[in-house]
Amino acid sequence: MATVEMTFTPLPAHVRTARLVATAVARRSGVPEALLDEVRLAVGEACSRAVEVHQEHCPGEPVRVALTGGRQRFEVVVTNTAVGDDGMAWPPQPARGPGAQDTAALPAQLGLAVIAGLADDVQVSRNGDGLSIRMSWPAGTSAG
Amino acid sequence: MDLKLEHHTTDGIEVVDVEGEIDVYTAPRLRELLIDLVNGGHYQLVVNMEKVEFLDSTGLGVLVGGLKRVRAHDGSLDLVCTQERILKIFRITGLTKVFGIHDSVDEAIAARKSEK
Repeated sequence: MATVEMTFTPLPAHVRTARLVATAVARRSGVPEALLDEVRLAVGEACSRAVEVHQEHCPGEPVRVALTGGRQRFEVVVTNTAVGDDGMAWPPQPARGPGAQDTAALPAQLGLAVIAGLADDVQVSRNGDGLSIRMSWPAGTSAG
Repeated sequence: MDLKLEHHTTDGIEVVDVEGEIDVYTAPRLRELLIDLVNGGHYQLVVNMEKVEFLDSTGLGVLVGGLKRVRAHDGSLDLVCTQERILKIFRITGLTKVFGIHDSVDEAIAARKSEK
């Protein structure tokens, strides 16, 4: 069972809340202070991408985030339930900069590149209709 | 904290001071400001990110979009940033090769002037 689970309506304003909660749970799970910025950014990226695909494909469905501490690792799973092509290729494609034809699509690939660069263990899997991004970081003492 | 945006002209270059968090929620405001500046004929931009506390890929996308717009007018968009946690995001995504990143606004303006 996850330590903390949350669902939120797919609105950009709630991504900040998800970041703050994830950072708080990571800290309580014993993730070193030096890594908390990475947790905050990677969770924000995963939630941002989920919000974007939900808004396009299923705005009535919530984004799900599961945060699990208490072992040797602190694990985060962000799940979207959007059907269809969400433009999220894994592994991420390299940034193409301003020469890219469509800068609107750039954040999706940049976001995955950021996640890949920050979390030392990332797994992306199709989960029914949606996509799950599972990330983890080393954790120290368990606070439950 | 929310996003605070101010801008002023120095030596013919428009300096945008950004303070707070640039994320999927606030980035549209920065995008609108950059578009307004370009539409207003400002093609030499410096974005001062020294007071930015958080930057995600949506913010990166807005900066890349701004760069694309000014380059269409032979302009430039330089960044000012010395915060390691923000610079790390540019390095991870390879965008350090795309943007001129400087230690101060004065340095960014001087670098731009020397290229003219």
